[in-house]
Parts: sequence; C-alpha cells; structure tokens
Amino acid sequence: MPKFLEMTGISKQFGGVRALSDVDLDIAAGEVHCLAGENGSGKSTLIKIISGVQPPEPGGRIMIDGHEVSGLTPAESIRRGIQVIYQDLSLFPNLTVAENIAVERHHGLHAVNWSAIRDTAQAAMQRVGVSIDPQSFVADLSIAQRQLVAICRAIANDARLVIMDEPTASLTRHEVDALLALTLELKRRGVAVVFVSHRLDEVLEIAERVTVLRNGEKKGTFEARDMTDRRLVELMTGKSFNYELSETDLSAAPVVLAVRNLSRAGDYDDISFEVKAGEILGITGRLGSGRTELALSLFGMSPPDHGEIRIKDRPLQLSSNREAIANGIAYVSEDRLSLGLIMEQPISSNIALPVLERLRGPFGLVQAGRWRETVRRWIADLGIKVSDPENPVRTLSGGNQQRVVLAKWLATEPSLLILDSPTVGVDIGAKDGIYQIVRDLAASGLAVIMISDEIPEVLYHADRILIMQEGRIAGEYLPHQVTEAALRQAVDA
Amino acid sequence: MRNALRRFGRTHEARLLLVTVALMIFLSFATKNFFTIQNALDLLTSYAFPGMMAAGLVVVLVAGGLDISFTAVASIAQYLAVLAANHYGIGWLGLFGIALAVGTALGLLNALLVTGLRIASIIVTIAMLNVYYGLLMFVTGGDTINSLPDWFANGLSWVVAFDSHQNPYILNMQMIGLVLAFIMTWLLLNRTSVGRQLRALGGNPEAAKRVGFNVLRLNMVAYGYMGFMAGLASLVQAQVAQTVMPNALVGRELDVLAAVVLGGASLFGGVGTVLGTILGLALLAILQNGLILLGVASFWTECFTGIVFLVAVSTIAWERRRQRLAIRRVIGTAA
Amino acid sequence: MSALGPFNRATARLGPVNRRLILLLVALVIVFGLLLGHRLFNAASLRSMAYQLPELGILSLAMMIPLLSGGLDLSIIATADLSALAMAWILTHMVPAHPGFAWVAWQVAAIVAGLVLAAIVGMLNGLIIAYLEVSPILTTLGMMTLIKGISIGLTHGGVLSGFPAPIVFIGNGDLWGVPIVLLIFVALAIPVGIMLTRSPFGQVLNMLGSNEAATRYSGVDTRRALVKVYILSGVLASVAGVVMMARFNSANAAYGESYLLVTILAAVLGGISPSGGFGKVTGLVFALVILQLISTAFNLLNFSQFLTLAIWGATLILVAGVTRLREHFLR
Repeated sequence: MPKFLEMTGISKQFGGVRALSDVDLDIAAGEVHCLAGENGSGKSTLIKIISGVQPPEPGGRIMIDGHEVSGLTPAESIRRGIQVIYQDLSLFPNLTVAENIAVERHHGLHAVNWSAIRDTAQAAMQRVGVSIDPQSFVADLSIAQRQLVAICRAIANDARLVIMDEPTASLTRHEVDALLALTLELKRRGVAVVFVSHRLDEVLEIAERVTVLRNGEKKGTFEARDMTDRRLVELMTGKSFNYELSETDLSAAPVVLAVRNLSRAGDYDDISFEVKAGEILGITGRLGSGRTELALSLFGMSPPDHGEIRIKDRPLQLSSNREAIANGIAYVSEDRLSLGLIMEQPISSNIALPVLERLRGPFGLVQAGRWRETVRRWIADLGIKVSDPENPVRTLSGGNQQRVVLAKWLATEPSLLILDSPTVGVDIGAKDGIYQIVRDLAASGLAVIMISDEIPEVLYHADRILIMQEGRIAGEYLPHQVTEAALRQAVDA
Repeated sequence: MRNALRRFGRTHEARLLLVTVALMIFLSFATKNFFTIQNALDLLTSYAFPGMMAAGLVVVLVAGGLDISFTAVASIAQYLAVLAANHYGIGWLGLFGIALAVGTALGLLNALLVTGLRIASIIVTIAMLNVYYGLLMFVTGGDTINSLPDWFANGLSWVVAFDSHQNPYILNMQMIGLVLAFIMTWLLLNRTSVGRQLRALGGNPEAAKRVGFNVLRLNMVAYGYMGFMAGLASLVQAQVAQTVMPNALVGRELDVLAAVVLGGASLFGGVGTVLGTILGLALLAILQNGLILLGVASFWTECFTGIVFLVAVSTIAWERRRQRLAIRRVIGTAA
Repeated sequence: MSALGPFNRATARLGPVNRRLILLLVALVIVFGLLLGHRLFNAASLRSMAYQLPELGILSLAMMIPLLSGGLDLSIIATADLSALAMAWILTHMVPAHPGFAWVAWQVAAIVAGLVLAAIVGMLNGLIIAYLEVSPILTTLGMMTLIKGISIGLTHGGVLSGFPAPIVFIGNGDLWGVPIVLLIFVALAIPVGIMLTRSPFGQVLNMLGSNEAATRYSGVDTRRALVKVYILSGVLASVAGVVMMARFNSANAAYGESYLLVTILAAVLGGISPSGGFGKVTGLVFALVILQLISTAFNLLNFSQFLTLAIWGATLILVAGVTRLREHFLR
C-alpha cells in the first residue's frame, strides 16, 4: 500500500527536556494504526508535529503523499488531509450538528450559505453512514454521538488521516463497537486512522500496526496481531509486572458493608452484596452499567429508591455524603480533575478539607499544629513526592495526585473505602504504587470496594469480583477460579 | 415547518413571548390607553436607547464576553459629536461619523485590553467605565450642552397620520434607529460567517482557537460593534433629551444587561438571540408602562422590575438544570 | 518542610500580590510626597483620609467574601441603603427626645433591626444562588433592583435625617484622635482576615471558590456555606450603611451608588481573584490605602474627583498589564 505519511528523524526539545528523539513513523493510506505510550512518552508532541502546531528540529523530515513538506503549518496540515480529534472533541455545544460538521465554511467574512452547510454535513454523514438530525444542537447529544459528529467534521474536511486521541475513554461497549465499525468504513474509503491511547485492548482488534513510544524514543512498530496487553505494557514502561492472584482468608473477618436489594430507577436494580473488613471487592462493568451510580448511592450523594445499606450491622439512611463520611465511608471519584481534587489550591488544603471540623480548636479556629501534623503524616505515610505542601495540587504528577486523593480520604479514618477507577490517567509504573497502598490498607483491616473497567485491575488486585450489567449484578467470581478472557466475555455479554 | 415550530415551542423565547403577550392582553383590557398606537409609538421612542444598547450587548454576550463600559462610551461619543456639530458645520454625516467612530474606537480599545490582559471582561470593562467616565467628567467639568443644532434637534421625524383627535402619529429617528439596530444585529449573528464565529467562540473558546478562528479579531468585532451601537444610540438619546449631559447615561448599564439576560442570553457565552433580546426589553418596557397606566405610583416601578427579573432568572436556571439532568440520564442509560 | 498550613501564608510570606502593591504604594508616597510634601503628610489630611477610607473599605469587605466564593454581590449598596433607611426610620420615629433607658434601647434596637434586615436580604441572595443555582451576578442584580425599589417605594426617593447624638458621633467622632469609623473598619477587617485564613469556613470558602463540585464531594455542605457567604456580605454592607448614615446624618435610597463597581475594582486590585479562591484581607487593605492616597492627593492638587475615578480604573488596568507582561517575559 502507498505510504500516506512518512516521518523520519523527528526530534523535539522543550526547555532542557527531550520530548522526542529521532523518531520515525510511517502510516499507509487506509491503515489503522495505534500509537501507544505513557504520559510524557512524546505521543502528544508527535501529534503536534504532524498537525503543524510545532515544528520538528532540523534534520527531521516529513513526507506526505511522497512529497517532502517543510515548514508545516496547522492550515497546511489540514489542507493536506490531516485531522486530529482531541479527547475533548473540540465541538461547539451551542451550534447545530450541521454547523459543527461544516464549521470550515464559517472561515473568513461572507454571508452564511445555510443550504451549503446542510449539504456539506449531510454528505459527510452519508459517506460514513451516520444519521443524526443535522438541526439538533450538539449540547443535546450523547458523548458517543458527539464523537461521530467530530469524525464527520474530519470527513467533511476531506481527511486522509484521522488521528483520534483516547477515543474510547468514555464510551460504552456498544458505542465502542459502533466506533470500530465506523473506523473500518473509513479504512474502506482509503482514510488512515491513528488511535492514540494507553489502553488499546479494544482497538487492537482492528488495528494493523502498533507504534510504541517511551520517554521520547520509539520502541518499535509491531504487527498488531502479534501484540498482547502484557507485551505492550512491557514496551511502554520497560518493566514487567507480574501480579499474583489474591487469596486472603477472610472467613473470620467481620462484615463491614451489607447491601440488600438496593434499587434506584434508571441507575441500578436489586443489588445485594457484602464486603468484609480487609477485603478488596472488585466491581467491573461497562460505562453505564450502574457501577458509579451505585457507588454514589453508597456515598450518600444520590439516595436509593428501595433497599437497605448496613454498615457494621447498623442500618443507614444516607441523605448526604457528610453522613456517609461520619459513618466511615470514603469515596475516591473517577473524575479526579474536577471532583476528586481542587487543582489550583494547595496540597495541604486538599488533604485537610474533609477533616476541617475535626481540626477545630479554641475559638472555632483551625489548630495550626494539628493541621500541620495531619498533612505531614499522610504525605509521609503514602509516600507523596512533594517539595512544598503549599504548592497547588496541579503541580504534581497523576500518580501523586491520586495519592493526595487517597490521603484526604484516609484522614477521615474510614472503615469502607470506595475507589472508582482509581488508576485512570495514572502511569503504569505509578499504578503499581497505588495498588500497593490499597493492598496495605486492606491488610490493616479496611474494607475496600474497587470499581474499574480495566479487567486485569480487578482480577489481580481484588479478593472477589462482581460484574455489573445494565444496572444488575450479572455474576460473582473469585480471581483464582476465572480467567481474564472469561471475565471480559462476561462483561461484554 | 411543524418541526421547527415544535422546536421553537421549547425555547426560552417562546415562553417569554407567551408572558409578554399575556401581559399585553391583560393591560389592553385593564387600562384605557395601553392598546393605542400612540402608546406604542411613545414606548418605541423612549426605549430606543436601551434597546439599541441591548442589541450591541447581546453580541458581546454571545461571543462569551461582557461589557459594562458602554454607557460611558455613549456619553463620550454624543458629547464629542454634538460639540463638534455646534462649532463646525459638519451636518448629519459628520455628526454620525464622529459618534460612530468614537464609539467604535473605544470598543476596540476594550477588545484589545480584554484579549491582552487575560482577566475577566467584567473587571476590565468596569475599570474602563471608570476611566472613560472619569476622564469625560474631568475634561468637560460636568458641563451640560444645552443647545443642539436646530437641524439635529428637530430632524428626522415625520408625521405619518393623525388619530381621531387630530393628534399626529410621528415616525422618528428613535424608531428608525431601534429597528435598524435589531436588523443589523440579526444579520450579523445569523447571516454572516463572522457572526457564527462569534457564537462558536462563546460556546467553546478552546475549540474556536483550534479551528483557527482569530480570537483577538473576533473580540474586536464584538466589542467594536458594541461601541458602534453605543455611538449610534447616543445620538438617538441626545435627540430625545434635547440636551447632552455627560452624566446622564452612566448608571444605566446594569438595566440594559438585565434586559438582555431576561431575553435568555447567558453570561457564560454562546447563548442569546435577537428575538429574545427584543422580548426581554419589551417585557420590561411593557411592565413599567403598564404600572404607570394602572396608576401604580412610579416609585414602585423598580421594585416590580426586580421581582420580575428575579422570577425570570430563577425559572431560566431551573429549566437549564432540569435539561442538564435529563441529558445526563439519557447519556447514562444509552447502553 | 517549610511553610505548612495556611497560617504562614498570611504572616510570614507577603506573597507576590502584596509585594507589588507595597511597591506601588511606596512609589505613590514618594511621588505625591515630592509634589505635595507637608500638604499631604500632615495630621489634617491623614485624618480626612481616615474618615473617608472606611466607607469604601467596609463595602469592599462585603464584596470580597462573595468574590472569594466564586461569586459577586451587586446588591451591597442597595442593602446598605435599605438597612440604613430602616434604622433611620426607627431613629427618627421611635427614639424619645430625652436621654434615658428607652433613648438608648431604641437606638440599639434600630441598629440591630438594620443588621437583621440586611442578614435576611443576604440570606435570600444565598438561597437563590445555592438552591436555585442562579448565577450570583444575576441574583444580586435582581435583588439590587428589588430592594432599591422597595427603598424608593417607601421613601418616594426622600431623605430621612436628624439622628440622636450618639449616632452622629459614630460617623464624625473620634477616640484618642482615631475616627470611630476607622476603628469600626479595623474591628471588622481583623476578624474577617482571621476568619478567612484560620477558620474552617474561610478554608471552605477558598476551596468552594475554586471548585464547588469537588468541595461538595469532599463532604462540605457547600449550599449552607454559600448562604453564609451572602448573609455575611449583607451584614457587612449594613455596617457600611450605618457608617454612611452616621456620617451624613441622613439616609436615602441612592446613597453611595457610585461605590458599587469601585468595590469590585478595589478587591481585584487587592489581589482577590475575580474567579474566586484566592485573596487576602491584607491585599485589600493595601489596595484601599492606595486608592485613598490617590484620591486625597488629587484633591489637594485641585483635580476633580472624576479624574481620581479615572486614575483608579487606570491603576487596575496598569497593575493587570504589568502582571501580564511579567508572565509573558518570564516564560
């Protein structure tokens, strides 16, 4: 197949930091290619160079359609058929689907030709077999539909190469399947697709080749059919992680949380389970399976319609998360950036926030000594790498940020810790540290619920696994009695 | 067509229209003078100034900004233009030329500062309101211009008909200006590519940059247009008042903002229509007019305005919250 | 581990904002000192500054707290006037002519009534913002119109004047040479400063201003906190109402309206982030002193008060511009 894009000897340096050194990449017309690497591996720098946002250092060559291009600008990159779909999709929620798809027609100063916009949008949607009302507003669409609109916009711009950044992160299995089908349709039309991700199990099914980056260096391009998750992780991190299946004897441990016939209309239905002290209960299921909604109910944020929640054999009627916290329940949200932490504020204030009332001293003021002690203790206990606790949380790496979240919840001295996707956006190396902390916590007698859509995460780090599907518990498994493949099948069933 | 109608029925504008029409029907029966051509003409004349300002402000809001300084801009524009007209024989063209040029220039300055300083536009324009107004009052010493050129003071008004008592129906500059302002804004927002770029910028600034829209240039269009409208409205107002007082307009900026927001424009940007703005303004105008016609002491007008405004913004917020929850449910159960 | 906790932030470290403000203040003192010398730095003009600063100062405190929470309170002036009118009505109608127990009691009652009324207005603001989720600008804009409307409706725009001696003394008297109004401002600024840096509520306020949802997920009753914010703002505004009423020996529905946008200016100049979450009382005080110094010096230079207004606005633009340029070139 002819090469659409060939890049050789691409290097880039920011300040004193090498972001890319001597990377080669080639994409054939109509190829589905995966670009894998951890945060900071140089993935995003490479995309910026392809899309003309950043120039490569001298010596790097970019060939498009066999012609060398020098001084690639964003406009030139688009003109040559390269389209990047960022994770946030870059759509305009207050404009119609048609306008979003045909947004290029709004450039310059001229009268708007509404029928041309509608035609452009219709044509793009027809070409890839998408049907969404062109007059509806993007704000009213689901995430999956918005993604289709973004892809149609790329098509409307005569894309020959579509680069998608983390496209499956917030899709249900059904939606992922639709996306993959659409990708095959693009491929059939000779459009190349590059998936950028650090979770590739889904796209590996249809990809032809995988290129792996680590620390700005290319680790190689491989045939996708020869690639396994484990090998990919090794290539991306340079380490291999061999986890033992967990087998803890919990027969004598007391039950911390008991849930009976819990239901909430539209979210989950008839849920019953128990968690014992020292146990890590894994809950997995697709987005929309009700796992997060269940966790929010246990945390008092959305009351269930029916059923019973008992903590240490006391029934609870939670009307707010303050009551949940007072009863020893802590919840680490899946959305660390907007719900877990307050990014602009100091690390110390974030850790102390849930326990401010407990740090009260004379005159109702916060006691400086106890505040300092609490912050210092949790930073030390969880090994958070901090130069100054007064720095904004934003300045920490993803792994350290997640440790700050854990610190703030452990400061409340919980007896039940609910972790919702605890390693999202955390590098594989740093994930290991988080798992270690969670295991240590369980060993010290804490009951843990670990919600995750990464099957290996629950398989290797939980003592027991529940699978949720469409709001119901669809199965219960013990790690040493089940395989990863079987679990995956059960989740997707 | 039916589809479009159904879509319209769900909008804020539709509900606003319903309320306004209901109020009009009530006032038509409850008062003798509301449902008369004369009253309508009077309303158009006296609300021309805030209306034209609103037509400018909605563009800034749609683009995701906020301008508080336009009353001071209008004051400077009318002062300079009328001063020049009194001293030199510049005629209509010169008069409007000066007012529009001054207004647009000050608007462009706002755009440069808002884009360059990267602090909230409300803060920048509050500061600039003080700068513009302070300098105007300092330089003029607060002196009122009492005499306008005759051709301006009496110009651009035509008697088009008489009622049964032989009172004239007058078509004047205020009405022309008001209608022109709304038509221009509608054309800008809905029929030009730049208008769509403005709306896109207000809806998702980050994406607008990525698509390649020039933020500085768009801000210059939005704030410059606001300044242009302030210049135009300032002359319309000067003719009604028949004097130019440097401190007559400052202080009315929040009233205009209230009308635009009542019309459904969002302070978060990207949302707002000309129809909504007209209706928001009309509701406030008819309410205030109706209270007077009903014989409620004018001292209570502001109180009623406040109540209506609070109820309206509460309903809008409640409705948006409901929609948000509904969408979340749809997305949540999409599987 | 250096500087732990929010405490050292207020004391040990001045922070870049305050450093810049002090620099500006020193520069102004030098320039005006050279221009005016003794005419500016003498007891009389210092006293006049001390009488003028507290009005804007207390109102700016009332604006600062909602700003920190990520909001804004446009109704502070209207609240100050409404509560001043309520107090003035009691003072002019209920207080007996001759000193005695009832004479004292009614004056105290008048002030308490004004504060309570302002607290109710603030609570209404807070409830609408927290529970109906209406944006603070719009809520307080509506509330401003509504309560100013009530003030105008009840007084027909008129003035209530002629108060007992103790009330007039609050506005115009002094203790050991220090104006009472300045003492009131200090007596408010210090506890507000301590509350913001050292109380759980102050911490919550900053966190809430940066990210309401994350604060709620951390087990904080953010709605309650928001209601408190606007009650506090209302009560502080009402104290400013007392000061204005006492200084003018009268109350009216439209006193102090030109202060409204200036309080936002002062707060932002003082380093309070207009998007919430960051800011200190010390910064605000520096900003107020700068504004007052400009005002007094210009007055002595025989410039109009309107030039002062223009320079105030320009100062904010200038400070913002310098900050922006530094960011640009330091990168």
